[in-house]
Amino acid sequence: MSGLVKAWLAGGAMLALVASPALASERPFNLGKIATPEEVAGWDIDVRPDGLGAPVGMGNAIDGEEIYADRCAACHGDFGEAVDNWPVLVGGEGTLDSHDPVKTTGSYWPYASTMYDYIYRAMPFGEAQSLTYDETYQIVAFLLYMNDIIEDDFEVSHENIGTIEMPNRDGFFMPDPRPDAQPVASEPCMTNCDVPTNIIGRARDIDVTPEQES
Amino acid sequence: MAARNTQNQKRSALADPARVPKVRVIEKKAKLKVQGDVFMAEDKNRNGTFSRRSLIGGAAALGSVGLSRAATGAEANPDNLPPNVSEWTPYLGAGVDANPYGMPSPYEEHVIRRNVEWLTASTESSVNFTPLHELEGFVTPNGLCFERHHGGVPEVIPTDYRLMINGLVDRELIFTLDELKRFPQTNRFYFLECAANGGMEWRGAQLNGCQFTFGMVHNVQYTGVLLKDLAREVGVKPDAKWILAEGGDSAGMNRSIPIEKIMDDCMIAWAMNGEALRPEQGYPARLVVPGWEGNMWVKWIRRLEFGDMPYMAREETSKYTDLMEDGNARMFTWVMDAKSVVTSPSPEKAILEKGVHQLKGLAWSGRGKITRVDVSLDGGRNWQTAELHGPVLDKCLTRFTLPFEWNGEELLVQSRAMDETGYVQPTIDALQAERGVNSIYHNNAIATWMVNKDGSVDNVRLG
Ligand code: HEC
Repeated sequence: MSGLVKAWLAGGAMLALVASPALASERPFNLGKIATPEEVAGWDIDVRPDGLGAPVGMGNAIDGEEIYADRCAACHGDFGEAVDNWPVLVGGEGTLDSHDPVKTTGSYWPYASTMYDYIYRAMPFGEAQSLTYDETYQIVAFLLYMNDIIEDDFEVSHENIGTIEMPNRDGFFMPDPRPDAQPVASEPCMTNCDVPTNIIGRARDIDVTPEQES
Repeated sequence: MAARNTQNQKRSALADPARVPKVRVIEKKAKLKVQGDVFMAEDKNRNGTFSRRSLIGGAAALGSVGLSRAATGAEANPDNLPPNVSEWTPYLGAGVDANPYGMPSPYEEHVIRRNVEWLTASTESSVNFTPLHELEGFVTPNGLCFERHHGGVPEVIPTDYRLMINGLVDRELIFTLDELKRFPQTNRFYFLECAANGGMEWRGAQLNGCQFTFGMVHNVQYTGVLLKDLAREVGVKPDAKWILAEGGDSAGMNRSIPIEKIMDDCMIAWAMNGEALRPEQGYPARLVVPGWEGNMWVKWIRRLEFGDMPYMAREETSKYTDLMEDGNARMFTWVMDAKSVVTSPSPEKAILEKGVHQLKGLAWSGRGKITRVDVSLDGGRNWQTAELHGPVLDKCLTRFTLPFEWNGEELLVQSRAMDETGYVQPTIDALQAERGVNSIYHNNAIATWMVNKDGSVDNVRLG
């Protein structure tokens, strides 16, 4: 977790409404059943930035290449460059401050844990939660390798998924600086306001609006 | 139509052919490229605006915006008009149960959600839009609430539905749907807006429709249980500061929410506008996060985990972060700022006759109640305050109207919402000055509809 997040959490604002310890022992409605550890384990699939929740397993990019080609490349391309409109997964370094930013796991994602979490829970598209833990680590390793973040024989595992340094780790900031873009005067202008009223663009000219059949 | 309780009817209105959008996409020359939740035509020039493309012929002025003849009263049959007896008067109409689950009049067939096919690679990971321009008041009918799915609509079997609460709690519990309904219930109206609503308009006027540029918002009454009641049942540990909400769909949609919000007004809802949630809105249960971006309102919710730090899921890192000009991105921008739209006149609602008209619109704010909406007919030079139609509720769509007279002149129509925190809906110039053009999300800028001399209406950008 970045220093900024920590500082923000330490600010104390978030602590105010946490249930008081006095309430913790009561069970006011006596509804629901106690979850068994097995039930929780089957559904608790999230992996946090610090690696908490990462299931035991490992994999490297060399092994990941084949499974990626098999399960992912049809949509995301052999090199993560994407087929048609499917998402791009590789590349885009140095583009975030341009007007054509390419946001990929390599150029944009701040945590490798998110790659594990998301790929395991949601990919391949339409075959969610079908990868094994080792396969997921292998694919994460392959994508990290393709993005020049690790070497091809580096073993990504539950032990280090929370420590891999992503290039854009410090590219995010909080808290939310909004409300922004507010008028200087407290009352918004009502008459003879000094605003541009020349037409500089028309959606009709862009011509990408679906038509309705008549 | 067959009785509602037969097998054929199980899929309800979704599969009713009468409700299938008759949408056709014109052949596009431009190669269009997906960019997260927003999609830009590639032939834009260097300063981010679009190069001029060929104008649709003049004849398209009214035709391309899909005006409904039925709705406009054009081409009436004189045989049905006074002094004649209308054709539906002498005979008996359909009896009860002709339509056990009532549907709109066939003449309202055009009032449907619509998508923009070129936006996405598949309809299971896609969005469609609420036809705001066809609606009255502030309630969105259930079948018209826009859809946004990341892995399609799961068919959740209600008897097999479970909500698990785990993590930093005294007791990890699993609830059935019936058990959730035995908690004290809450009924509240809230708007839900996708953070990417209007995202296609950051760089210029792109889509010529009120529906396509503002339609990722809806407003219904939710019935459900407050999360603070569920939290008492599991006993939240003092070090719990965040919750991870997770869906049971194929996307396993997951988002982190600070506990302060959870304990304030979040709900698990099972009903909308008085009936069970529609499948596409999360049946049988969804999270309600009032005033905050729609992506956090996890549908088909299966699990809530209490933890001591945010989870940094894909939807709060790769997506739903706002990229600034310097390449750094805002994270955790949850609140939906105040916004408004004129729904008529609008690109789909041309002005058909000279004389008096009612300008209609909707305003909303994730920070509280709408207090005022101003309307300009001259591109923002002069403003008049519109009438708000109650009830004006917290974090809820608010209807406004303003009578105006039209005599065939060009108008540049805008609306500007203000909320109870004093926030004023900004111009696109003010937003761009602050955030650049790469943001995608949270575009709550004032839009401009240009009423042409023939009464047709265009989405335009002023500068
Ligand atoms: C059938 C096409 C398809 C296949 C096969 C597929 N994906 Fe995806 N992938 C998608 C779609 C669609 C999305 C966006 C889903 C959404 O709307 O949230 C996506 C999103 C992603 C993302 C997030 C991209 C971003 O920038 O946020 C990653 C990472 C990813 N896929 C990895 C994989 C991996 C790894 C595999 C193989 C195990 C895989 N995908 C297989 C279609 C596919």
